[in-house]
Amino acid sequence: MKKELKVIGQPIPKQDANIRASGKAIYGHDIVLPGMLYGAILRTEHPSAIIESIDVSEALKLPGVVCVITADDVDVNNIGYKRDHPILKKGEACCTRDELAAVAAETKAIARQALKLIKVKYKVRKGVYDAFEALEDSAPQINQFITGKFENKNIAEKFQYGHGNLEEEKKRSRHIISRRFTLPRMTHACMATSNITASYNNLDKKLLLYSSTQVPFLYQRDMAHALKINPSDIRVIQPVIGGGFGSKLDMHPFEPICALLSMKTGRPVQIIYSREEEFIASPIRQPMIIDLTAGVDKDGHFTFREINIIKDNGAYTSWGATTPFVIMQSFSSLYKVKACSFNAMAVYTNNVFAGSFRGYGNPQATFALERVIDLLADELGMDKAGIRLLNANEKGEITGQGLHYDTCGHKECLETVIEKSNYFNHKTSGKNDRYKRGIGLASMLHVGGGAKIYRSDGCGTTLKIDPYGYCTIITGSNEIGQGSETVLAMMAAEELGIELKKIKVINTDTDVKPWDVGVHASRTSFVAGNSLLGAIRLLKEKLNSKAAQLLNIKDADFEYADNKLISGKSGERIALDKVVREMHFSEPNELAIASFFYEPSSKFQDKEFKGNVSGTYAFAAQSIEVEVDTYTGNVQVLDIYVAQDVGKVLNPLLLGGQIEGGIMQGVGYALSEELLMHEGRILNPNFHNYKMLTASDTPEIHFYPVETHDKEGPYGAKGVGEAPLIPTAAAIANAVCNALGLEMLELPITPEKVLKALDDKKKRKK
Amino acid sequence: MKKNSIKKETLHEVTFTLNGKKVTCKIKGATVLLDLIRDVFDLKGTKSGCNEGECGACTVLVNGAPVNSCLYLAINANGKQIETIEGLIGHDGTLHPVQDSLVQSGAVQCGFCTSGMAMAIKSMVDLYETGQHVPGDIRTELPSRDEIKKYLEGNLCRCTGYVKIIDAAEKLFAKEDCR
Repeated sequence: MKKELKVIGQPIPKQDANIRASGKAIYGHDIVLPGMLYGAILRTEHPSAIIESIDVSEALKLPGVVCVITADDVDVNNIGYKRDHPILKKGEACCTRDELAAVAAETKAIARQALKLIKVKYKVRKGVYDAFEALEDSAPQINQFITGKFENKNIAEKFQYGHGNLEEEKKRSRHIISRRFTLPRMTHACMATSNITASYNNLDKKLLLYSSTQVPFLYQRDMAHALKINPSDIRVIQPVIGGGFGSKLDMHPFEPICALLSMKTGRPVQIIYSREEEFIASPIRQPMIIDLTAGVDKDGHFTFREINIIKDNGAYTSWGATTPFVIMQSFSSLYKVKACSFNAMAVYTNNVFAGSFRGYGNPQATFALERVIDLLADELGMDKAGIRLLNANEKGEITGQGLHYDTCGHKECLETVIEKSNYFNHKTSGKNDRYKRGIGLASMLHVGGGAKIYRSDGCGTTLKIDPYGYCTIITGSNEIGQGSETVLAMMAAEELGIELKKIKVINTDTDVKPWDVGVHASRTSFVAGNSLLGAIRLLKEKLNSKAAQLLNIKDADFEYADNKLISGKSGERIALDKVVREMHFSEPNELAIASFFYEPSSKFQDKEFKGNVSGTYAFAAQSIEVEVDTYTGNVQVLDIYVAQDVGKVLNPLLLGGQIEGGIMQGVGYALSEELLMHEGRILNPNFHNYKMLTASDTPEIHFYPVETHDKEGPYGAKGVGEAPLIPTAAAIANAVCNALGLEMLELPITPEKVLKALDDKKKRKK
Repeated sequence: MKKNSIKKETLHEVTFTLNGKKVTCKIKGATVLLDLIRDVFDLKGTKSGCNEGECGACTVLVNGAPVNSCLYLAINANGKQIETIEGLIGHDGTLHPVQDSLVQSGAVQCGFCTSGMAMAIKSMVDLYETGQHVPGDIRTELPSRDEIKKYLEGNLCRCTGYVKIIDAAEKLFAKEDCR
């Protein structure tokens, strides 16, 4: 018999929302330690230059300055997974973010003033700001630390993948479409700027970091490697984090720099970015050029996809270079397709380097793919909904890349948004001729059960119940605003039959919590949830055995409700707190504590990138209606219909927040957000010129969860966090093209681009 | 004095009401209200998101009107009523209805914008309560959803997509006693 769920599925507010809403939450910005100094970083004036000398003598003389460091003062390793990124740059500057020196001073103002006193002699050189130019033989080698693994000196990373018989499928195709798509730089724009407080204790040689990282255990290892110290001497504490979205997956130079300043001075040091610095020196969604050729047979079945991607890597390699892991999944496995040939490379330039960003390359891939699907449908004379339904993924499918769809809500998601948005009968005109309306469809596939991109995709949990019947969950997973602590507390409340207020979640301290990979790949509810459920099972075995002993019954099958254990057979009951006390105080004495490590069933992919990389997969579809002002080029998003295969709704309130927040980031990606660069410099490093959407821009979002109850997920749930923004830009682009009868090949679709496209269309008609 | 040392600036005395309590302090002429609140009065609930008046995270109320405290010279606070997020919560720890509505509506994710949002919403509620938004009758009409969106335009949020924040404000207006 299926147990009725009491807590899971309820719209329960985030557990610490009251703390956050009352201004009492302590973010990295709010930390003040005794004797704390303020750090500031000097960055290069020129994106590409020889650094002839750095003179810090005047800065050191400024009263209040305690320490100034340059590359000459530190003995450190490079950072980044390619180890191609020096923390402090020596001899040359390769991009506008480059850190040349750092200061620690008694006040923020003195630290900033000291930067102005540092004299740097530059010999400016011509930079390379275009990835194609960087691939030419005449281009200089941009990064001096690469290992020469690839055929061209400026290739940082390459991915190749294929399945099926490409040539045969090409021959079989009735129509083939080829397009080049250009994707912009978008930045996370977390509301709290990047920050860190480092406190080195030179008595016991231990380093304490208050860091907003999303991946504390990987960060601890990376920091130790960078600083040449023992990882276990580093303790990472995460204060409340003011936004993540992938930006805190990489360790950035300012973090070891802050640690170095603390190690040099023996005092705590804090670095907080200004907003301008945040725009210039924090990560971006990787810009790329996608060449996509795709075919369809006479009946509308997809035949093949051939993809070549050039990613602008910037001067150093971040996790952003590995986004093709995810990108290739969408090309190989979103909708059924017989053959796929995928090539991607990340190319060094003197531009700013990327990072990871919610969706991890998938919004880029989905934009290109879903745009081409519309074009294929047009060629065939087939409707755009029909071609998607015909090719939609199905339950039980094993894709060419080896992804196993044990559950799959793709078709249901599409059907839902097609129906709810009244897709076939939408309005085509606005209030007058000036306004054109259009509707666009797009769907998406994303990992929904973690992603095994390291040897483990696991998460540990230690669970304890105290003698008063309160429960503490010590989880390896993190909370970055998404509400993971709330969902875990709900699971424990459900399983242990105790109130939510009796559950505490400890998740911020690497010295305390068990290992976990980190917050990424929409994995936390799935992986940390399963880990918690495992720990609960183990702890219940102990509790059940003690309860049976106390009640003097043989049967150890208990229900947990109302803070009690209730015998399944006799109905006898005993209070949970009493059982715990008796575990502690009566023989056989033991702790009411259990630990569990959950490792998803997914597989590490082989060298050809084949294999079932996630515990399960999430699907979604969006249907978006827009109105375009043909006089101004402005695109207004009217209604967004979104259906997402979430496996099972764990908390509709928090789920809705993930959906709406993700979608609005997607709308920004589609219409307004672009970090503009010219010759390596960022032109719009502020909210005035980098256009994040406001409350006024919020369209009506209609959300329909699709529950497919995946047997691998906690209560059947799948990961949800990244999915909502992935198809949004694609659906908006399709809607704009539908409204105006033209093509958009670039994001964001700004009014200027719309007007230019309308103008080009007019000229072509003449 | 060495030539690089920072000059001693004249200090100005300001007296104002901070969350209902009269305070006096001496400040430099260039001190902005945000720094005074965070660094001198140690009220860390008001956040610095951009320091250039674009994001609204530092919104506080000056005589009931929302201002970006990062752009507001602290000297101008003299004689005025300043309210910050810390002033909303009751002495017994009861959330203000605005805060409660944000919590219950699921409008808080990372929470960094929440203080500013709460202050902006409170000022809007107060405007409608006292009828200052329109001349004449008080609360004859509740604000439309579009009016709420417009009012919150100066406060950026990256997590929520604004929907639940707008919901939270809308629910407050729908309540009989929205203060």
